Amino acid sequence: MLTHIRPALVLLLLMTLLTGVVYPAAVTILASVLAPAAVEGSLVRRDGVVVGSALIGQAFSDPGYLQPRPSAGDYNADPSAASNLAPTNAALVKAVADRVAAYRAANGVTPPIDAVTTSGSGLDPDISPANAFRQADRIAAARRATPVQVLAVLHTQVKGRWLGLFGQDRVNVLAANLALDASLPKAPAAGN
Amino acid sequence: MHILLIDALYITVLLALAWPLGVYMHQVYEGDFPRFARPIRGVENWLCRAGGLGTLKPQGWQAYALAMLAFNVAGFVLLYAILRLQAVLPLNPDHIPPLSPAVAFNTAVSFVTNTNWQAYSGEAQLSQFSQMVGLTVQNFVSAATGMAIAIAVVRGFTGPKSTTLGNFWVDLIRSVLYILLPLSILLALWLAIQGVPQSFHGAVTATTLEGAHQVIPTGPVASQLAIKQLGTNGGGYFGVNAAHPFENPTILSDLLQTLAILLIPAALCITFGRMARDARQGRALLIAMLLMFVAGLAVIQWQESLGNPLLHLAGGNMEGKEQRFGPALSGLWAAATTAASNGSVNAMHDSFMPLSGLVMLVNMQVGEVIFGGVGAGLYGILLYVVLAVFLAGLMVGRTPEYLGRKIERREVTLAMLAFLAMAVGILVAGAAVTVLPAGKAAISNPGPHGLSQILYAYSSFTGNNGSAFAGFNAADPLEAVLGGVIMLLGRFAMILPMLALAGSMARKVRSEATAGTFPTHGPLFITLLVGTVVLLGALTFFPALALGPIAEQVSLVAGQSF
Repeated sequence: MLTHIRPALVLLLLMTLLTGVVYPAAVTILASVLAPAAVEGSLVRRDGVVVGSALIGQAFSDPGYLQPRPSAGDYNADPSAASNLAPTNAALVKAVADRVAAYRAANGVTPPIDAVTTSGSGLDPDISPANAFRQADRIAAARRATPVQVLAVLHTQVKGRWLGLFGQDRVNVLAANLALDASLPKAPAAGN
Repeated sequence: MHILLIDALYITVLLALAWPLGVYMHQVYEGDFPRFARPIRGVENWLCRAGGLGTLKPQGWQAYALAMLAFNVAGFVLLYAILRLQAVLPLNPDHIPPLSPAVAFNTAVSFVTNTNWQAYSGEAQLSQFSQMVGLTVQNFVSAATGMAIAIAVVRGFTGPKSTTLGNFWVDLIRSVLYILLPLSILLALWLAIQGVPQSFHGAVTATTLEGAHQVIPTGPVASQLAIKQLGTNGGGYFGVNAAHPFENPTILSDLLQTLAILLIPAALCITFGRMARDARQGRALLIAMLLMFVAGLAVIQWQESLGNPLLHLAGGNMEGKEQRFGPALSGLWAAATTAASNGSVNAMHDSFMPLSGLVMLVNMQVGEVIFGGVGAGLYGILLYVVLAVFLAGLMVGRTPEYLGRKIERREVTLAMLAFLAMAVGILVAGAAVTVLPAGKAAISNPGPHGLSQILYAYSSFTGNNGSAFAGFNAADPLEAVLGGVIMLLGRFAMILPMLALAGSMARKVRSEATAGTFPTHGPLFITLLVGTVVLLGALTFFPALALGPIAEQVSLVAGQSF
């Protein structure tokens, strides 16, 4: 046993240097050259102010903005959180029923499934195109625009499956809301 | 149709990558390096000299095991110290306090045993130093330990008559230098291009369009992520693991990681065939694994696409899933991560349908042999091979043989000893926790799903998987310590008997195959092997599964919630 202790300690130290220091440092340097915006968190700026990350969902309550999916952590990113409710948990059944009712009240239509279920990260940046389009009337009313104008903006925001096969169609909520602000800039009534 | 095409493409690409990698890994472990890998020899020689490793003689199984244990104990002590001292160590821009002793113990054991269960939430409870110098290092060396053990075991099964199994230090160093590091660098850079952060600036505060503040944590994520998938580790940089958009920003990043999860375990089957100088032997193991994987995958994707009947909404089961992945890719990941003892998640398994949960439980409970952990899957399936050959021998009344070596009393005893570790860890510890107040307090879902949560946690601990029904509160001190002990049991109560078994196989004379030899590469053997895995698993765990996921499914069909 004793003969193994010295190599164990020395190798652990060398491996720590190699895989714990040299490796992440090398990846950091190379990645900052290859993908300078991504390595800092894909931050989105408007007028020089960081308004969020293109990848991280955020809460919107103003009726003039597209609303994201419900979040178990209320879009708090530090730490991230999920509901972890089992399919047979009555709390899940009730929460979904409540969200269906709220969605109907706000938008006048039945929600698609993504609009009433929480994501695994609590930070899902996307919603389904169906969910986006069903919010168009509400957004149009709040922005004093026509639903057609809103839908035109939303249609430009739809991203398809990868290679037309993998994943699901989606709309990035933050990007869509920035596009809405840019195209239909009538300031929402309840800005604060 | 569309899901079938996705799965078929996934498996095709996986096999196309695993084949050359398996051949390359064989060359590396034999010391017959291809030209492009020769520059790494300089680093290897330097490590051996600096480590004072001396002449690097081949070791018998006991010496191999002792070297492995010494290295793992040292790794545990270092990681525990880092987690307890992170407040005073560098690279802590967000001023995170130390982990509690119980959670630090659990986490250190978890990463040394390649389990990577997260009893902590990374972005809130670990400093960048802990993530990088603590966890990333163990991601590498725990994976390399598994690969080294697998190669040693395979040498015992396939090599010439010998009293030795190779040298642990050489196998460990080569696993890291020639295989894990180059692949990790490639994958990390590709993931960074997809949008995974890799920075040391700490959290950023954004002012949202509605004027609220959102704290956006970043860090050296890409480098940790790459090895976490390739090494079947699975412990995430963030609490919600690869569901977090920063760990898994795009559909392509998701596919890359799903491939990385199964890549090395699949390639090791090819390596095995090469070492046995009979590619058919490796292919048989790979086909057996693929059959079991696809069966489970089909059930999960079917159930998740159907959705939850209690919600009366179309579109599949989207609770706990990301919009960009949906039921198909979340199902693919869930099947891969539980089969391969990876444990990372891109959707919350607690919210999967009961039958999906059943498949994930079975994947872990059969001992992580459907691909399994890097290395661990291969020596795990060899355990079942020994038992399958033994059963075949009983049926036809001949002394069982595998690869020309007789399987005798000692081998079967050792294989059963290793097999018992799973049953003890899952059933005995799981049952004990079920009646303890702390265990009941850890459950977050009512009804049969609560029992599934306990079963899932202890299957995950014992199988060194690390995935969770994450509502289960494993941070409670008693849970954390007991969980750590079970992870140790699941790792070392498997490795030590398997090394002993390999040592005993190595000492046997190889006989040539005759007309009376039971072939271990054809459809008959593959069927027998799958049957052995399913039957032993089913007989051992079926009663517990009936009370958990199966009872939940019956309730669901009856329209009952809890």
